[in-house]
Amino acid sequence: MERHLLSGNEAIARGVFEAGVKVCSAYPGTPSTEIFEQLPQYRESLYCEWAPNEKVAAEVAYGAAIAGVRSLCAMKHVGLNVAADPVFTAAYGGVTKGFVIVSADDPSMHSSQNEQDNRYYAKSVHMALIEPSDSQECIDFLKEAYRISERFDMPVLFRTTTRVSHSKSLVTFSEREEQEVPEYKRNTKKYISTPANAYANHPKVEKNMAALEEYGNACPLNRWEKNGSRLGVISASIAYQYAKDTFPDDTSFLKLGLTYPLPMKLIREFAASVDKLYVIEELEGFMEEQIRAAGVECVGKELIGNMYELNPQILKERIFDQKPETKELNVKAVSRAPALCPGCPHRGFFYTMSKGKNFVISGDIGCYTLGGSAPLNALDTTVCMGGGFSVGMGLAKAFEITGQTDKKVFGVLGDSTFFHSGMTGAVEILYNKGNMIPVVLDNSITGMTGHQDNPGSGFNLQGEIATRIRIEDVLRSCGYENIIIVDPQDLTAMQKAVDDALASSVPAAIITRRPCILIKRIKQDFGKCAVDQKTCVGCKSCLKVGCPAVMIREKKAFIDSTQCTGCTVCAQVCPVHAIQREGEQHE
Amino acid sequence: MNKSAILVGVGGQGAILTAKVLVNGLMKAGYDVKMSEVHGMSQRGGSVSTQVHWGEKVYAPVIGEGAADILVAFEKMEAVRYASFLKPDGVAVINDYEMASSSTAAGLCEYPAGCLAAMQENFSCYTLDAAKIALGLGSPKCMNIVIFGAMTHALSMDEIDWETVICETVPPKFLDLNLRAFHAGHEAVRA
Repeated sequence: MERHLLSGNEAIARGVFEAGVKVCSAYPGTPSTEIFEQLPQYRESLYCEWAPNEKVAAEVAYGAAIAGVRSLCAMKHVGLNVAADPVFTAAYGGVTKGFVIVSADDPSMHSSQNEQDNRYYAKSVHMALIEPSDSQECIDFLKEAYRISERFDMPVLFRTTTRVSHSKSLVTFSEREEQEVPEYKRNTKKYISTPANAYANHPKVEKNMAALEEYGNACPLNRWEKNGSRLGVISASIAYQYAKDTFPDDTSFLKLGLTYPLPMKLIREFAASVDKLYVIEELEGFMEEQIRAAGVECVGKELIGNMYELNPQILKERIFDQKPETKELNVKAVSRAPALCPGCPHRGFFYTMSKGKNFVISGDIGCYTLGGSAPLNALDTTVCMGGGFSVGMGLAKAFEITGQTDKKVFGVLGDSTFFHSGMTGAVEILYNKGNMIPVVLDNSITGMTGHQDNPGSGFNLQGEIATRIRIEDVLRSCGYENIIIVDPQDLTAMQKAVDDALASSVPAAIITRRPCILIKRIKQDFGKCAVDQKTCVGCKSCLKVGCPAVMIREKKAFIDSTQCTGCTVCAQVCPVHAIQREGEQHE
Repeated sequence: MNKSAILVGVGGQGAILTAKVLVNGLMKAGYDVKMSEVHGMSQRGGSVSTQVHWGEKVYAPVIGEGAADILVAFEKMEAVRYASFLKPDGVAVINDYEMASSSTAAGLCEYPAGCLAAMQENFSCYTLDAAKIALGLGSPKCMNIVIFGAMTHALSMDEIDWETVICETVPPKFLDLNLRAFHAGHEAVRA
């Protein structure tokens, strides 16, 4: 059998294909994005799309499951907060065909604003929770997830972590299993969630969960590895792989794939068969709390802790007190923090904002979060998707009613974020008379997650030309009468846009518009900038734009031509005009 | 006995492609293989690491401190940053190449002196100037395969025909350049 090396995300996409899934919707978010980047290769067998946000994605997928086809939505962990509303009610309605929600959690926050443990959603929603621990399981467990969703009439939460999603391991493929599509019939008691129907459906949910727990005691997702009776480990997800490398060979394992509801009968039996029981899980003690509550004694979080990623060496140290042997070097590496790329269109905006006195800037989630880093330091807050506008509104109202009228509040978010949840904030600012300027940084793509299309980019996930929804049209229809569209790379125009917006007597909004320098389908060759060493006075003004290509060498500015994209933002701030784009002369 | 390699550098240096060539060779040789990388924010000019683990049966796709058999650094300060991942008797392959970080470029702090020396004092090291070698071959873009050539020498896994693996992994257009890069890297650390 041919083996393929696939990441967990690539394997989930393969599993979607093999399981006969027909409708897929998602909003990109690290570490979940690659699942949907892989799906268009199966477009002859299924429909896939980028939705404006995770709530929309979950609703589209649920609608398809009601209609009678297997469906999937996918999101990063915080995306499930956005999608939570339909998911909670979907648990009461149940499904016609399988409905799976993929949540990719991010322990250690490699690319996230918190490290919430989404397993608790399964418990709170009352739905099945399935956790794969490698890429083969991503395929096999996903197929089982659909069987469970249909047999127990419920949505299934399929939860990965960064290391499951982004680690590659060997898998074998199977054929696609096409699913029969039942004739559609209206079923109001099931799918219209009036109080009366919901009241009647809740006991069914409880009954289905109890039946699922019973099923978990003898299901293919849960595996007892009998080795010895001295030590026993209950584990799931990536923590299982770490535990296998940590515990001695004679340790018995109860490796769980269905982790909610927990198979308590099986767990009791396993616990009784070993002298000492460990529960090994990353982040919270989700399984341990329930196992203890069932009266089973075990060891876990008091040794392991509930923060950050684990690995075998951490487990060896915390459980067996075996410190790793390392060598101490007398040289220390300095920080290499991520920064806005050379040529990033956001740089001109944040440089302009960094000059503003009394500016309070409410930021958002995206590449532009980097506008808060030194030397730009041009952000006050970053909370969540869409928060740029509405958190800014709260700041503005607080300043207004406490007489702090000198503060000028800006709410900043990107084009994809605007469609995700910025539009409602834009309405809030107008409707409730917010004393602030909303700014959309339109780089024509979803940047940080690696260039996914969005409703403003003019293309869809399938690569087709799509209706381009214009941000200025949306803002204008809301009632913004003064919409200032500016090229942020032109610093003079950028400054004027900010000044004009602040002086505006009618509601004003700014759109900074220039495509991300890294978009492959747009050719952007502006040449290179260079420093005239004779003219440069070494004042370091150019360093204030925070470009990785600009540095100081022997007390003069130097531009690394391998990184420079010729955007000229550094040249525009040079007080002695020492920086020029090659082939151009200053007047 | 399972083996672990950790490849480190700066986003955009091509460490992931190098890891892929390594993994393809290990798969051909019949090993169980796992590889781990991190995407997203850290790719924007930040420090990046990719791990490869192989053996008869591999469980964890990531390791912690003191557990790597070989550290391959595409940039010398990154070698220092990840040195604690190396076993005390582990081997380091280091590209003698300096890339400023945003903080050193801005003059907020100094790029540390003595990175190579510190590594050489503590570990068995192979060092090479892969950027210079790649430039000599006509393209700075093959720097990662130069480093890969040096890595295969350090790995001394003679049962794997790395040349064939490169032929099967890189686009045909760049095959000749990459084969020359592979040999040059191998030779650079053989002496």
